[in-house]
Amino acid sequence: MTFILTAVLVLGVTGLVLGLVLYAVSRKFKVEEDPRVGQITELLPGANCGGCGFPGCAAFAAACVKADSMEGLKCSACKSEVMQQIAAITGHAVEVGVEKIAVVRCNGSCQNRPRPRTYDGAKSCAVAAMMNGGETGCFFGCLGCGDCVKACKFDAIHMDPETGLPVVDQDKCTACGACAKACPRNIIELRNKNKLDRRVYVSCVNQDKGPVAKKACDVACIGCGKCVKACPFEAITLENNLAYIDFEKCRLCRKCVDECPQHSIMAVNFPPKKVVEEQPQVQEPAQPQVQETESNENN
Amino acid sequence: MAQKLYITTSPHVHCGDTIERNMRWVIVALMPALIASFMVFGLGSLIVTATSVASCLFFEWFITRVFLKKPSTLADGSAIITGILLAFNLPSNLPLYMIVVGALVAIGIGKMAFGGLGNNPFNPALVGRVFLLISFPAKMTSWPVPHQFTAYADAVTGATPMNLIGQIAGGNTAAMDQLPALKDLFLGGIGGCIGEVSALALLIGLLILLWRKVITWHIPVTILATVAVLTGIMWLINPVLYVNPLYHLCSGGLMLGAIFMATDYVTSPMTPKGMVWYGIGIGFLTVVIRYFGSYPEGMSFAILLMNAVTPLINNWCKPKRFGEAVK
Amino acid sequence: MNTFKIGGVHPEPNKLTADKKIETLALPQQAVFPLSQHIGAPAVPCVQKGDTVRVGTRIAEPGGFMSASIHSSVSGKVAKIDTIVDASGLRKPAIFIDVEGDEWEPSIDRSEKLVLQCTKSREEIIECIKNAGIVGMGGACFPTHVKLCPPKECTIDTLIINAVECEPYLTADHRLMLEHPDEIIIGIKVILKVLGIDRAVIGVEANKPDAIELLKSKTSMVSGIEVMPLQMKYPQGGEKQLIEAVTGRQVPPPPALPANVGCVVQNVGTVFAIYEAVMKNKPLFERIVTVTGKSVKKPCNLKVRMGTPVSQLLEYAGGMPEDTGKLISGGPMMGRPLLDETAPVVKGTSGVLLIPEKDAARREERNCIRCAKCVQACPMGLEPYLLATASENSDWECAEENWIMSCIECGCCQSTCPSRRPLLDWVRLAKNRVGGIIRARNAKK
Repeated sequence: MTFILTAVLVLGVTGLVLGLVLYAVSRKFKVEEDPRVGQITELLPGANCGGCGFPGCAAFAAACVKADSMEGLKCSACKSEVMQQIAAITGHAVEVGVEKIAVVRCNGSCQNRPRPRTYDGAKSCAVAAMMNGGETGCFFGCLGCGDCVKACKFDAIHMDPETGLPVVDQDKCTACGACAKACPRNIIELRNKNKLDRRVYVSCVNQDKGPVAKKACDVACIGCGKCVKACPFEAITLENNLAYIDFEKCRLCRKCVDECPQHSIMAVNFPPKKVVEEQPQVQEPAQPQVQETESNENN
Repeated sequence: MAQKLYITTSPHVHCGDTIERNMRWVIVALMPALIASFMVFGLGSLIVTATSVASCLFFEWFITRVFLKKPSTLADGSAIITGILLAFNLPSNLPLYMIVVGALVAIGIGKMAFGGLGNNPFNPALVGRVFLLISFPAKMTSWPVPHQFTAYADAVTGATPMNLIGQIAGGNTAAMDQLPALKDLFLGGIGGCIGEVSALALLIGLLILLWRKVITWHIPVTILATVAVLTGIMWLINPVLYVNPLYHLCSGGLMLGAIFMATDYVTSPMTPKGMVWYGIGIGFLTVVIRYFGSYPEGMSFAILLMNAVTPLINNWCKPKRFGEAVK
Repeated sequence: MNTFKIGGVHPEPNKLTADKKIETLALPQQAVFPLSQHIGAPAVPCVQKGDTVRVGTRIAEPGGFMSASIHSSVSGKVAKIDTIVDASGLRKPAIFIDVEGDEWEPSIDRSEKLVLQCTKSREEIIECIKNAGIVGMGGACFPTHVKLCPPKECTIDTLIINAVECEPYLTADHRLMLEHPDEIIIGIKVILKVLGIDRAVIGVEANKPDAIELLKSKTSMVSGIEVMPLQMKYPQGGEKQLIEAVTGRQVPPPPALPANVGCVVQNVGTVFAIYEAVMKNKPLFERIVTVTGKSVKKPCNLKVRMGTPVSQLLEYAGGMPEDTGKLISGGPMMGRPLLDETAPVVKGTSGVLLIPEKDAARREERNCIRCAKCVQACPMGLEPYLLATASENSDWECAEENWIMSCIECGCCQSTCPSRRPLLDWVRLAKNRVGGIIRARNAKK
């Protein structure tokens, strides 16, 4: 009996002493942390995507508390309401940025772009890009190895097995830009999300001359310039045989879409057209959203 | 063009080596030891080996297909080797259910839990063996005496050379007389685990592995040399308490461990220099455990401990870079 | 017999064409000359559409110090200057010439007679080599005149002639040695004169006993030129490996050059080109190409005018077999894949290799089983498994710490990997990225 008692006593006393030591140490070395840092960190998505330029969400939160204004501090993965909440905590005003989304500017699906060769190397776009000309005749288009999918921390981009192209999930994409950074061919661009997710963009980055580009892909931009002339807002520029729509200037009139002989300009999430007359920014009741993939296939 | 051309960067040819080829040769190299143990322990050895291999294969298949939902990896042959090695580390009269438990631990915890072949930090067979050794110490440390051809559960057990060496070192110098002749140790004919009976058969396996370039000499040779040197020093200091180093080399799982288990690709270091340090470490720990530990046999623990250090060894021991010396 | 010490592998030699005499291929209908056939700045065209050129006319001038000029290999009219996909897979500008007749520049000495004495001075020879557009013919295509002007602070004592041809299948250098030994020896003397030294070693692998014997008998009367048989091992033809095999010296890691250990290495094909340029006034527009492969009906060694499309070579060799899975420019270990058979022969095309479909496809990649075979095989003493994993995880720092820039991309690691990991693909990616990081860092300084 004394045997058990001794054991209990010895262990109990040891535990007590050690506990006191721990308490003393924790008091002595207590780090005063601004409680707001914790509050902000909780609001942040916690994916540590690095889109804000800081090495993780906690570092971003600390920077928010420290800074004098919210200028330049923006969690690209947060909705604007969340940024408002963060601003409320820090006591600074926040400018409401335009919401953006990642856009894949290549429509070289298996149907549109013939694949005369088979790439057989390491399954990585970065490696495949070093081979320059790969499976297809297009030296600018999507390589289809899914580096963007691997880069996404929000499960918002996936390869479509039928087209061999990545598809962005509009609801999950936070526009952190990780995929755009991962893409060795700079196909993915962050563009304004716009009302009802409506977007008009050139779904091609091929800078080859017209005939070469056309041979490589049925829907390649050939740099004909018809869209440039059609645009009433001077939003379209032509450089290196490639048209580009400036999303800040574009008013979503869709005049260019019909002009394009190659169908390389995409208009997504618009209601199906009834008549051929258009007014810029027609206010229409919200229609069930057309999935980006579907409109791709319609093209 | 009839055929789509493949596009890859160089090299465009391969020497033809595969995981399967390496595993196949390891299995071939294990065969002499299996035959030797069959001749010594009779049917018991075959029953244990067959049970162990079958259960390892089953668990690997079950885990890959049912839990991981991936294509089965049975074809690479690594589960067969784990099965054989696990059996080789067991007494030939172990109850079957224990073998199945050992196989489950070896494959399930030792290998698949870490992500399958290539990711396991510890040798799976040894994980299973040590698990059994700690869980069923009595059964795992009573070895049947040789030449009971058909006996299984009812086999008569007796002391092994390892027990005796431990006893001698503990002061019971009378046990020295009970030690079997070195010739029996070398050829087989003593009690012990299935795989460790014949040093000769294991050495034949080593030659096969070296001939087929499955392994390099570094690990087995350094382990054996370290053990020989350390036990030799002890023997020279006091030949009454400590036995001749040849007994150490030929007895217990030393040969088996040095040739087949320490050389396991996944858990051994990557560079020649690292392999030498790893071998020295295993040899040293084996001698320490054999002489000063409570278990008569130290090989399994020595290998597992060094497995744990392997990542550090890989970090420290870099190969000699080209042009480094002239820097 | 000497060889290099670290690593190395023994791929199947498959020298199918070792006893096939060099044959001359007919002229093409149109010849194409990419402007980037060498390391360094691309050449600048000095002809225009519609110009008439002769064989040996210079059609592009060097675009900088590290560059080389390009000469027409045919006579005819410049059809256009357009882009073409070359062996690097990039779309690059090229000069297209429609062939009419076979009219040579009159300055070229077309006789078969050997010219023994070189009366030119050192500077004249270098100028001559530069004007002839000679680059390293082993595959790297480093401009030769740059290589023959080593940095002032290095003392050169040995010229090493790379006649190893360690790549499986290729026999172009082997045949060249058998059929033009005298020219090669004169070429060596010319280079020795340029470098101002008197020792040259010809490194030949032991699988070419006929070439070793022939060269030995030819050099027995010449002082200073030694023929050294080397043990067979890939990649002995690598510059650093060859220097170690011949002299026992190890070139320090980049940015050190072979000149830092007193050596200059030249390929035997380059030596022959130097002979022709200096003694015969013939610029580099022809080369020997091995057309080979297990499924090729008539493997052969061909003397080909540059710019000839690969399809014409294949036709001569009995056509492209139906089951071809890979078309390679160069050897199987370091060659580059061609996108199709329209690609032209360039200065660095040492061979055209066809690999049948069943051997071409890589096997499915498995987990690394840490067998350490890549570490044993690496001739630079690196850890390919670690570098590849670092690259997969974009851990460029780890790659740099582990000497990735030393990698010579010989492919030993990948060709031995039992798990069939694409090690070199990844290592190349990391090398590319780390190289960029280092350049950026140096630029900042």
